[in-house]
Amino acid sequence: MIRTSGLTKDYGSRRAVENLTFEANQGEVVGFLGPNGAGKTTTMRILAGYMPPTYGTANIAGFDVVEESIEVRRRVGYLPETVPLYPDMTVFEYLKFMADLRHLPDPEEMVDNALELVQLEHRADGYISNLSKGMRQRVGLAQALLHKPEVLILDEPTIGLDPAQVVEVRSIIREIGKERTVLLSTHILSEAQQLCNRVLIINKGHIVAEDSPDNLQARLVGAERCIVRVKGDADELAPQISKIKGVQDVKARPDGALEFQFAPGQDVRPDVAKAVIKSGFDLLELTPVGMSLEEIFLELTRDDSSAKKEH
Amino acid sequence: MRNIWTIAKREFLHYFKSPIAYIVALAVFLVIGIYFVVIMYFVMNQALTSGSSTAPDISIVVSPMATIFLFATPALTMRLLADEQRMGTLELLLTAPVRDAELVIGKWLGSFLFVLTIIAVSFIYPVVLNRLTLPGIDQGVMIAGYVAIILMVGTYLAIGTAMSSFFSNQIAAFFATLGTLLFFWWLVRLPTYIIQTGFINSLCTYLDLNGRFNSMMAGSIALSDAIYPVSLIVLSLIVGSVAVEMKRWR
Repeated sequence: MIRTSGLTKDYGSRRAVENLTFEANQGEVVGFLGPNGAGKTTTMRILAGYMPPTYGTANIAGFDVVEESIEVRRRVGYLPETVPLYPDMTVFEYLKFMADLRHLPDPEEMVDNALELVQLEHRADGYISNLSKGMRQRVGLAQALLHKPEVLILDEPTIGLDPAQVVEVRSIIREIGKERTVLLSTHILSEAQQLCNRVLIINKGHIVAEDSPDNLQARLVGAERCIVRVKGDADELAPQISKIKGVQDVKARPDGALEFQFAPGQDVRPDVAKAVIKSGFDLLELTPVGMSLEEIFLELTRDDSSAKKEH
Repeated sequence: MRNIWTIAKREFLHYFKSPIAYIVALAVFLVIGIYFVVIMYFVMNQALTSGSSTAPDISIVVSPMATIFLFATPALTMRLLADEQRMGTLELLLTAPVRDAELVIGKWLGSFLFVLTIIAVSFIYPVVLNRLTLPGIDQGVMIAGYVAIILMVGTYLAIGTAMSSFFSNQIAAFFATLGTLLFFWWLVRLPTYIIQTGFINSLCTYLDLNGRFNSMMAGSIALSDAIYPVSLIVLSLIVGSVAVEMKRWR
């Protein structure tokens, strides 16, 4: 559905996006992660038909974003980072205007459907200037969903929403993602973890990692980690755990538990449990802990200079 | 065509929610009204004292309108595309299935329809003038006068729309439009006072919008007089479309 090849965008002498190649298929929610200025918005703008790339190609539903831009724009629902709204219009007028621009067959009904989806039917006749930030965000989302697009491109869709609205919007995106292609950028890593089938981590215009959130974790950690919590002083248990075959790097955590690593696929937890019991401790917890997406993100997008300083 | 109409309709309705549009309408009617009353008072006074007087023609309505619109139309067009850029809604329009030219033409058409509404209301003056004079006003001159003013404001607005597409600051768009209009309306004529023959003179006379307007106001519309403002409208809208297209490449 979305297919890019060698996508590059220069703003004057500054290269915002370099040689970006990726795909997003139907029924897939792909998350775009990266620090500010990484090139997420630029890529999304290119895909939405707002600006052409300097080099490379991008296809949406088989149409080239430059050569067949109008066809692409017909098939894409796009919510930019700054929600584009006309404050002098009512919610209904605004969506009707967009429905007319998209030549929708039954504009009023489509507007009503979109309003229902974002739960704003009760504010249809209210002026956009009187809406809260969260409601405006939802109007923007309704605009992007209005024509039931094949591809939905959302630039930070949950920003500014209250927690209840965030849950609602995420559930809408999840629902749409079952049948259509969704590409969303976010700063909220747990959002990417919850919503996305696949995550693209982008830094300084390059894709630095691409995989499902779970695989990314497994791939980057290189080893699996576990914590073991017992009743009493866990420090005394550390030598016993260290002796178990496959266990590496046993260390005490500030919260009193012990943390250890083991090679992926070589689950040592039964042996650890037996060792705890054998040593006369009461086992309270034995839980695997992954590297969080936050940690992966920081690891991958860490500035070279700061990385050097740390070493 | 449908997109042009959708955009034009939104712009047209927006003017009725905008204080600037009401201020412009008020200024136009105030100037024409005062001008009309003063001229009519003077003419009637002359008729009463000397027994007869030359009846004023439609130029007492249309000529001040051409001047006031010269200053008022930049205020109407300054926000057309500049404000879309400032608010970020240009991104919305440029990612909708709308061609850049349709966007620019729609914006211009919306403002043109609003000014046509003001011009339509001003039609009350020729009706009154017709009742006050014998044997009534010359209908041919009246039609020519209205065609002339419509062509002029169409040109003003097209230049304003093009200028608005270059800027994201409305004030910059206002002054750029005003400067361009003053060039075509007044400044371009000045060299003809010094250079009275040759190519420069012909070129400046050709480009002089005021000269074309006065020629049409005389009561007959030469094809070349009508083609010139129409060409300026088309050229301005092309320039505006190219400016919008260029924004995509930046």
